[in-house]
Amino acid sequence: MEFPEGLKYSREHEWVLVEDRIATVGITAYAQQELGDIVYVELPEVGEKLAKDDPFGAVESVKAVSDIYAPVSGAVVEVNHTLPDNPETINEDPYGDGWIIKVEMSDMEDLRGLMDAEEYAEYVEHQGEKGGETGEGEEGEE
Amino acid sequence: MVGFAGWEMPVQYRGVIEEHLAVRRRAGLFDVSHMGEIEVRGPDGLEVCQKITANDLARLKIFQAQYTLLLNEEGGIVDDVVVYRLGEDHLLFCVNAANTEKDFQWIKENLTGRVEAQDTSASYVQLALQGPLAAKILQRLTPVRLEDMRPFHFAWDEVSAIRCLIARTGYTGEDGFELYCAPDRGAGLWNGVLEAGAESGLEPAGLGARDTLRLERALPLYGNELSDATTPLEAGLEWVVKFSKGPFLGREVLLRQRQEGVKRKLVGLEMVEPGIARSHYPILKQGRPIGEVTSGTKSPTLGRPIALGYVLADEAVIGNAVEVEIRGRRVGARVVSLPFYQRQEMSRA
Repeated sequence: MEFPEGLKYSREHEWVLVEDRIATVGITAYAQQELGDIVYVELPEVGEKLAKDDPFGAVESVKAVSDIYAPVSGAVVEVNHTLPDNPETINEDPYGDGWIIKVEMSDMEDLRGLMDAEEYAEYVEHQGEKGGETGEGEEGEE
Repeated sequence: MVGFAGWEMPVQYRGVIEEHLAVRRRAGLFDVSHMGEIEVRGPDGLEVCQKITANDLARLKIFQAQYTLLLNEEGGIVDDVVVYRLGEDHLLFCVNAANTEKDFQWIKENLTGRVEAQDTSASYVQLALQGPLAAKILQRLTPVRLEDMRPFHFAWDEVSAIRCLIARTGYTGEDGFELYCAPDRGAGLWNGVLEAGAESGLEPAGLGARDTLRLERALPLYGNELSDATTPLEAGLEWVVKFSKGPFLGREVLLRQRQEGVKRKLVGLEMVEPGIARSHYPILKQGRPIGEVTSGTKSPTLGRPIALGYVLADEAVIGNAVEVEIRGRRVGARVVSLPFYQRQEMSRA
């Protein structure tokens, strides 16, 4: 699985690319694979103020809903308007055309709490060991 | 893989949507060995079971299967099950995995006379071969004349040289078969069927697709649409309840409910604004709570969000404009007729 160098990663499986004060945010290859076929994306409005670690939207597969958390604080300056009609873009190109929002960061210190590619790869590996315990979206008892 | 009622279950192989569409267009193979099996034997078995189930077991001949409900005294649904009549005095209940222990206790508590019950879940592997090409694929592996086997009938015979109970039943809304065999032959059966189906585009399918397939066909899932506190009349399963068959648990409660009307009813919902309704989301009418979603997804076949949920009986009207509260947002939806999907019946020669 690919975790590009140069990106920062959150424990909730978002990635961040920072250029000047603008942070582009998406979900990682690991997150999209765990979710499976993504069929719906809920986006915030441009101008909305996000606080680090708060949910700002959601991605949904046929099976489950997953909140997306703000990895940094700031104001939304752009959202990826192609996603509502083509949510599968997140599966196909999570680090490219599947980006979700751009945030003007209010505190550059927020980046310090995030992982680099190597740390995130290790983090994900550890998640794999626990894998299966959560059984997301399993409601029925069959 | 996810943990599920003590089983390690595949949620998906190549992706839920791909597997779902394979079942609708060609065929899919599911490992559903988690399903429980309870066998009831003895000359009084049929009569005893007649008293704790909703459907009429007297209509069930040997080599036939029946969808029925285990009921409690309040008319609530202990479980929804398929019962196979294996012999004159021998019934096999295929039950929901998470309910196996509860069902077994319930059946045992109600046994009287010359009858005994046994939890034989560990004695069976169960595979479900489902889809329009299921019969064609299975016929390559078995001497049974499948064109003569009607829905809800079964036979004992060989598949891939493995002795199986071969039943024309399923949980997907497609034609298909469920195969029961001894656990040590399970892997052989799985591989044999997959191999025979390869040229027909058969794909392994997981729990994820099983859930979206049953939801499109509006087949209820215990734990979502059904519970001990839900009655068949509320759940749209009145057709299963045969009041005329004589006494059974919950009959009086259900008769009264039929006369007085139910308070809430299961309905189908389609979203008219963007959003996907999910289990436990509130259903509202002009801001007033009227019910709750029990299952929801984006239908892979129809390409639009669908959901099942309970609403107040007065609101259970086709076309009714309602709202679903999705993460704090009210999203427009309407009540639609069920099922969302029904296969085209092929004419049989």
